[in-house]
Amino acid sequence: MFENLSERLGASLKRLRGSGRLTEKNIQEALREVRMALLEADVALPVVRDFIEQVRERALGRDVMQSLSPGEEFVRVVRDELTHVMGDVGGELDLKVTPPAIFLMAGLQGSGKTTTVAKLARHLKEKHKKSVLVASCDVYRPAAMEQLETLAGEVGARCYRGEADATPVAIATAAVETARKRACDVVIIDTAGRLHVDDAMMSEIKVLHEAVHPVETLFVADSMAGQDAANVARAFGEALPLTGVILSKADGDARGGAALSIRQVTGKPIKFLGVGEKTDALEVFHPDRVASRILGMGDVLGFIEEAEHKLDRKQAQKLAQKIKKGKGFDLEDYRDQLRQVRSMGGVSSLLEKLPGGGQLPAAAQQQVGERELIRSEAIINSMTPLERRRPLIIKGSRKRRIAAGSGTQVQDVNRLLKQMMQMQKMMKRMKKRGGMGQLLAGLKGGGGPGMPF
Amino acid sequence: MSAKKTEKRPLFGRMRQALQRTGGALVRGISELFPGQRGLDALTLEEVETLLLSADVGVEATERLIAELKQTGGGRLREAEDVFAALRAGMLKILEPVSQPLLIPVREKPFVILMVGVNGAGKTTTIAKLARRFQNDNLRPMLAAGDTFRAAAVEQLQVWGERHQVPVVAQGTGADSASVVYDALQSATARHYDVLLADTAGRLHTQSNLMEELKKIRRVMGKLDPEAPHETMLVLDAGTGQNALAQAREFHAAVGISGITLTKLDGTAKGGIVLSIADKLGLPIRFIGVGEQPQDLRPFDAEEFIDALLAH
Ligand SMILES: Nc1nc2c(ncn2[C@@H]2O[C@H](COP(=O)(O)OP(=O)(O)OP(=O)(O)O)[C@@H](O)[C@H]2O)c(=O)[nH]1
Ligand SMILES: Nc1nc2c(ncn2[C@@H]2O[C@H](COP(=O)(O)OP(=O)(O)OP(=O)(O)O)[C@@H](O)[C@H]2O)c(=O)[nH]1
Ligand SMILES: [Mg+2]
Ligand SMILES: [Mg+2]
Repeated sequence: MFENLSERLGASLKRLRGSGRLTEKNIQEALREVRMALLEADVALPVVRDFIEQVRERALGRDVMQSLSPGEEFVRVVRDELTHVMGDVGGELDLKVTPPAIFLMAGLQGSGKTTTVAKLARHLKEKHKKSVLVASCDVYRPAAMEQLETLAGEVGARCYRGEADATPVAIATAAVETARKRACDVVIIDTAGRLHVDDAMMSEIKVLHEAVHPVETLFVADSMAGQDAANVARAFGEALPLTGVILSKADGDARGGAALSIRQVTGKPIKFLGVGEKTDALEVFHPDRVASRILGMGDVLGFIEEAEHKLDRKQAQKLAQKIKKGKGFDLEDYRDQLRQVRSMGGVSSLLEKLPGGGQLPAAAQQQVGERELIRSEAIINSMTPLERRRPLIIKGSRKRRIAAGSGTQVQDVNRLLKQMMQMQKMMKRMKKRGGMGQLLAGLKGGGGPGMPF
Repeated sequence: MSAKKTEKRPLFGRMRQALQRTGGALVRGISELFPGQRGLDALTLEEVETLLLSADVGVEATERLIAELKQTGGGRLREAEDVFAALRAGMLKILEPVSQPLLIPVREKPFVILMVGVNGAGKTTTIAKLARRFQNDNLRPMLAAGDTFRAAAVEQLQVWGERHQVPVVAQGTGADSASVVYDALQSATARHYDVLLADTAGRLHTQSNLMEELKKIRRVMGKLDPEAPHETMLVLDAGTGQNALAQAREFHAAVGISGITLTKLDGTAKGGIVLSIADKLGLPIRFIGVGEQPQDLRPFDAEEFIDALLAH
């Protein structure tokens, strides 16, 4: 299989070279490749068809920017169009109502609703300083209520627990009443998972919606979903006046084409991505990132733009050289990169934008927080220049000295060294694939900035 | 539990009705797709392609099936029925070999089934279904609450256990999953249970530390019974798209999958990705899940599955 759209387009785009304009004839093959890429990413077939038509219209007769090859221009058109249809940056939640603001969750079985309730509660508490009450109307799934209650405890939200034989509507209305009495700012109502073709269950949630008049009705969908995502989203969108979509399990390696299907079919904004099982694993949706991921190319263009703004060019070029050679990346470089990464919002936000970045070894991914960056830097600072250049010489006693010097544990030093080795390996791999380096060189006519870590 | 499930017609009930409407020979959707004498022209091929792609069969497998249709078909496929039959045969060739029921041999020690899969696929519910199935076959099942991570995962399994009088060995959230399973196997062996069903926490196949944890569970079982687990069952959600192939590949690489259960086929998702999984990995498909209740589990039947996939 192809690693990404750029590779996939490789052959057809080569033929585009030389012509200064995109024409029906020269983009036909390229469009076919885009179609395949989208289908492989699980975008629903009817949505793919519409999208290809849109791209065709956009691309035709377009003059190719001087700095780009026709192929690159075409990729840019595709990406821009996809970003455009994906909508705006998410994160908005309507809280401008007389409290309590009521949120209702809906979705298929196992899509991630209950976990997302906890994530939203935490988000509202930490980012918006709101007090939150949650309630489960899932009277069917064994231990569904215990699940929500436990999670609520973890995130410091109140949990309203209905009577054993209460109906979903009774639970929801009582929860809202309780929130009003306790002056909670937000009530989040969890519901049982349901199939969109289950008439009884779909009318249950409609009745629930009418009973509590939520200001946000959020459809939670699994990012690994396939073609059926479009049917499901349509049915939920017809049954309920959805106000937004949350895509769960985006921390895997699925290309997430369901995002496009759902967005197109419902027309509702995607607000957040779930990126893990923990309650803090909620991210604001960024159309450009998801678009690039669907195309399988990492957020290369956005990455370049960001990199251009923030990176020290000379240093980056020095590193790019090193990466191209596939060796010579040492702890000095690593420290430089750590510093730059810190100025760009941490590793995780960068990694996910890179092709293959999502598949980085877990050990490397763990060291992504601000605190870890600072600690890693402290560890490297405690090394001698020789150690930084030749990490392999760092054995037992050196490790203990470095740990003591940086106020860390030997395990931390080990972890850093392991991570460093993984980085080196990954860079070698990138060089082999010619992925990042080539792409950068191609897009910017050579001499572009390197990778910032 | 709820009345919601009983009111629904199960998947294959719907399918069978469709079959009856068309005189038993053809699924309704197909006959509409291939009206009259048109035969295998370009348009028909496009329709076949649409049908397969929309069922998550995937680009590669779809292209292969169509290429095969063209080859075997040629001039002979004049009627819609012929096209359909040829397509069906092509798919059957892939799925028939993996259509292998799970057989529980008579043995001294418990037959151990380890359930694995990504988050929310239906592992725990499938355990409840399997337990009931074994009870019906006069086998005594025991459950191990190996999901020690997710909130109330242990309680979820315990509720199922209570409802069907199946003992559940648990240590609570936060415990070491391997040690729970070890305890359970020890207890099941001592008390002569026939089958031990071990639940595990949902995990994405990209999380290498969690995949290591699964390997550890396997290793630890092996200390009590070198042949355990006798079945490592991957639970896949039929709604999953092309990623299911990566899931199957990675779980197989980590712990060696010996059987697949495809859940949530009571919706409108077709689960066509199993064609690629069967073709590439050859993993046996054991069961399908067609609802949330313990009785909603059926042995995988390749023909039935293909007919449901081709119906619309
Ligand atoms: N990796 C990952 N797992 C997630 C994410 N969101 C939820 N999960 C997991 O997915 C599984 C299902 O999540 P739930 O929150 O129980 O899903 P639900 O929609 O409430 O399920 P039902 O109530 O049964 O319909 C659990 O194992 C969660 O931990 C996510 O963003 N990433
Ligand atoms: N409609 C339908 N729902 C199902 C089926 N199998 C499981 N479910 C539902 O899917 C949801 C998730 O099922 P679980 O058994 O909790 O899934 P799991 O894989 O154990 O989830 P985690 O442990 O959180 O990873 C629940 O709401 C189940 O009732 C099925 O065959 N059809
Ligand atoms: Mg739930
Ligand atoms: Mg479970």
